[in-house]
Amino acid sequence: MREAMDPWSFVIAAYAIGIGATLGMIGWSLLTMRRAEKRRDAARKR
Amino acid sequence: MHGLANPARFLRMARWLMPLCMGVGVLVAAAALGWGVFLAPAERLQGETVRIMYLHVPAAWLGMAGWIGIAGASFAELVWRHPLSVIAARACAVPGAVFTALCLVTGSLWGRPAWGTWWVWDGRLTSMLVLLFLYFGWLALAQASEAADGGQSRAPAIFGLVGAVNIPIIHYSVIWWNSQHQPPSITLGKSAISGDFLWPLLLAMLGFTLIFAGCVLARMRALLATRQADARLRRKALGAVEAF
Repeated sequence: MREAMDPWSFVIAAYAIGIGATLGMIGWSLLTMRRAEKRRDAARKR
Repeated sequence: MHGLANPARFLRMARWLMPLCMGVGVLVAAAALGWGVFLAPAERLQGETVRIMYLHVPAAWLGMAGWIGIAGASFAELVWRHPLSVIAARACAVPGAVFTALCLVTGSLWGRPAWGTWWVWDGRLTSMLVLLFLYFGWLALAQASEAADGGQSRAPAIFGLVGAVNIPIIHYSVIWWNSQHQPPSITLGKSAISGDFLWPLLLAMLGFTLIFAGCVLARMRALLATRQADARLRRKALGAVEAF
């Protein structure tokens, strides 16, 4: 017997996780870069 | 390549290249995913679940590309002692691990309706899981090396080169062993996929590759800035101690 599965729920879950993780990684990369460059600039001024 | 090993020259280039890669990558990836979800047809046997391919295949490629980046930077570190190679290897690790994890998760979500199971211990899936563990191990080793001697140790570079053995294993696993996973559909210059699926897939691969490159450049700028700030603060602290 074959289980009835809605294919769209798998597609939506994959896209939600994929897009969320990619945007999260972009945000984290930019945020850590900004923080590190700000800290370097502050160290130069001291 | 050797010219870019100069941190000042690299920073000048990264300042315009990073936002360009990130911006164009996000636009291209969004267009490709929109095409894949709303315009591309459903597949004859797999139906709508084939749309997961537009995320899964770029994630698999970038998971492997991340380790190829680590191995290349490790080679440059061991052979030429480029000052940026340690930073380049570290910058590739987190994006590579994220895409490897995404490949495993999206593959599992595709496998359930297509194969009837979330996971099988076959060559392709297992070697991809090993790659994720290699990333975790490499990150832990690089962190320990940074804490112990400021990243002077060659151990992460050696690990990076040895771990590259897993890349051809992942690639050829579906040819060497019987697998639930399909054999490669795209090889150099050849494709077994209809153009209806191939073009959005290639566009998605380009978009996510640009996003990956943008993230690696942003990580390199962050790591470089952290090292420069630490070095400056150390010098100032030493100067203060000597003056005292």
